[in-house]
Amino acid sequence: MKKTLILTTALVGLAFPALADVTVMSWGGAYGAAQTEGHLKPFTAATGIATTMVDSDNPATPIKAMVEANNVTIDVASLEYADAVRLCDEGVLEPFDASILPAGKDGTPAAEDFLPGAVTECAVSTDIWATVFAYDTTKFPDGGPTTAADFFDTAKFPGKRGVKKGAKAVLEFALMADGVAPADVYATLSTPEGVDRAFAKLDSIKADIVWWEAGAQPPQLLADGEVAMTMAYNGRIFNAAIAEAKPFQIVWDGQIYENEMYAIPKGAPNMEEAKQFIAFATSTDGLRQQAQWISYGPARKSALAEPLIFNDGKTEMAPHLPTAPENMKNALESNWEFWVDRDAELNERFNAWLAAG
Amino acid sequence: MADTAPIAAAPLTTADGRPLAEALVAAQARSRRRAFLLVVPLLLFMILSFILPIGQMLHRSIYHDGFSSNAPGVSAWFAANPQGTEPDEAAFAALVEDLRTMQANRTAGEAGTRINYVLPESRSLFTKAAREAKDLQPPYREALLALDPKWGDPVLWEAMRASASPYTFDFYIVATDFERAGDGSIVRVTENRQIYVYLFIKTFLLSGLITLICLVIGFPVAHLLATLPMAKANLLMILVLLPFWTSLLVRTTSWMALLQGEGVINDLLVWIGAISQEGRLRMINNQTGTIIVMTHILLPFMILPLYSVMRVIPPSYARAARSLGATSWTTFRRIYLPQTLPGIGAGALLVFILAVGYYITPALVGGADGQLISNLIDFHMDKSNWSLAAALSAMLLVGVLVLYWLYDRLIGIDNLKLG
Repeated sequence: MKKTLILTTALVGLAFPALADVTVMSWGGAYGAAQTEGHLKPFTAATGIATTMVDSDNPATPIKAMVEANNVTIDVASLEYADAVRLCDEGVLEPFDASILPAGKDGTPAAEDFLPGAVTECAVSTDIWATVFAYDTTKFPDGGPTTAADFFDTAKFPGKRGVKKGAKAVLEFALMADGVAPADVYATLSTPEGVDRAFAKLDSIKADIVWWEAGAQPPQLLADGEVAMTMAYNGRIFNAAIAEAKPFQIVWDGQIYENEMYAIPKGAPNMEEAKQFIAFATSTDGLRQQAQWISYGPARKSALAEPLIFNDGKTEMAPHLPTAPENMKNALESNWEFWVDRDAELNERFNAWLAAG
Repeated sequence: MADTAPIAAAPLTTADGRPLAEALVAAQARSRRRAFLLVVPLLLFMILSFILPIGQMLHRSIYHDGFSSNAPGVSAWFAANPQGTEPDEAAFAALVEDLRTMQANRTAGEAGTRINYVLPESRSLFTKAAREAKDLQPPYREALLALDPKWGDPVLWEAMRASASPYTFDFYIVATDFERAGDGSIVRVTENRQIYVYLFIKTFLLSGLITLICLVIGFPVAHLLATLPMAKANLLMILVLLPFWTSLLVRTTSWMALLQGEGVINDLLVWIGAISQEGRLRMINNQTGTIIVMTHILLPFMILPLYSVMRVIPPSYARAARSLGATSWTTFRRIYLPQTLPGIGAGALLVFILAVGYYITPALVGGADGQLISNLIDFHMDKSNWSLAAALSAMLLVGVLVLYWLYDRLIGIDNLKLG
């Protein structure tokens, strides 16, 4: 029954190219481009194995459908940490043998070189990214917002706000803006009162919110003047600000960071090449190459040993990474365990809150 | 007269001696078979692409074997013990055995997800316990409780009992804003989590409003199309059809460019001084946006059936009414309008049913309060809760069928004229 149940979704698989040897599915936009330039092209140059990049709003959704339909056309998927753990538990991902990961360039064994939590049962970290908020400096000539609380202060900083349409990261950010210390955020959010408090904070700017869903939208909203400030993924703002010289400024107060993971869906057509690709992409050089295209931090200590320079040849990456010490002052590591458990419940509440108008 | 009797007694036969009736039946059966063979491709296509998927969808809304297939031991215990039985050591032993199998098959997440649908925060309970299961020693009740006291919670056991059979109405319970309480009774969810019923009502109301606007705008246009001289009517027809031939996404994004805060319409209004720089209208990313864009996209579906009906209404009827002394309003109300009813019915039904299931336009221009029930269905597809998505879809399908039935009773489906 299960197989026939999936007839329709199986057709989805036909839309993807089956020609290349390793097909990688990622998030598109500036991030997808960084992976293409930093991982796919060098891998093809080094091994002669052809690669293809496929875009998606969130690769976790299509690969789950593919595995259930028994028609997997993707070899490597770029996943959020919580999704990588969840799908691994559900048997959607192939367990990854960490022993094939190469040692760091300085000779440190991979197990010690990777930051804690960067290698899981099924997935390996490619970078550490953050949800931050950013503003258009031309909208605030007398000095812009500096704290998470300012994001919710429309009296002091008038203008529309761009917010991600979803509970994850948004609720944490609201609590931090309301004065909850990063260490207490998840404990607070585990109580009904804490959830109410987060929604009450969001209520205070609800009428001024423009919602976005894809990571490429917030820089666009800022550039169009649709919003004065917006929550965003830090790399997307960095690329718009540095590569396209937009007057955007990131505020690091209240940032929420997490690992992005490469994983292999169960039944991937080119399993061996996919493993080889992940080992290549998460080597010291692989991580450094990606970090030259977008401001997401590598999860290996050895990759941070030498200064990273953006592909314009002059911009130092270090101060723009979520892991830079000056950016970590009021930062929160996203708690995957919390979200694996409460995602459905909190999003239900979030949807109800949204629809209540 | 005497001659006819023997002829009637002898059976009629064909030239080769077969009885005529028999030969006729055979010939008709042949042509019926041929006719059937001609429609076989269509029939197969309908079954494969329409009836089968809808059947699967309906089935999925009441079927989820995530827990029952991965926890056979504890499911058997539930089957053997009636509701209300305190879980004993045998139940815990069966559970631990199941957790070990889950760990070996990597299915703890799947089983936990099923329980998580009815009881949030229980997913990690299963994945964690499965990881530890191989080291657990009897007595298993104490061992599991030591791992996490939640294992003793009667609500959890009630949720497991409800999930022990793959057939369930849990998804319909959730889809109507209800939930299962600890004692197995079904209660309404708290007000701040109620959403589905509200969205269903809103979807039907908004679709009704869009249908009405389409009718008000489309009626004069269709009338003009039907009465203008051919050359002008053709030009107007192209103007109606041009957007119809343009990609839905292109049209939706064009509306975004027109309606947004810094968009063409607002810029124009500011320039002519109708509104101030700060008073720019919010016409997109809200309900207004959904209504404007969906009305535009669905308008041809109203105009075309109306046009096909109006075209064949003889103008002499209206002239006759006027010559008999009717005012133009009476003529319209009593002569013209009743004759266009089949077109109005067809257009309204078409627009309404399309609007009820619309998803991409509200997703792009609806913002927060312009979302329809289809967007929530999409949301649950994305979050891999396909059973809940199926239950919501089934409810939407029933809603549309009820309306269709009402339409048939009130107006009669035979009066429908699509063109």
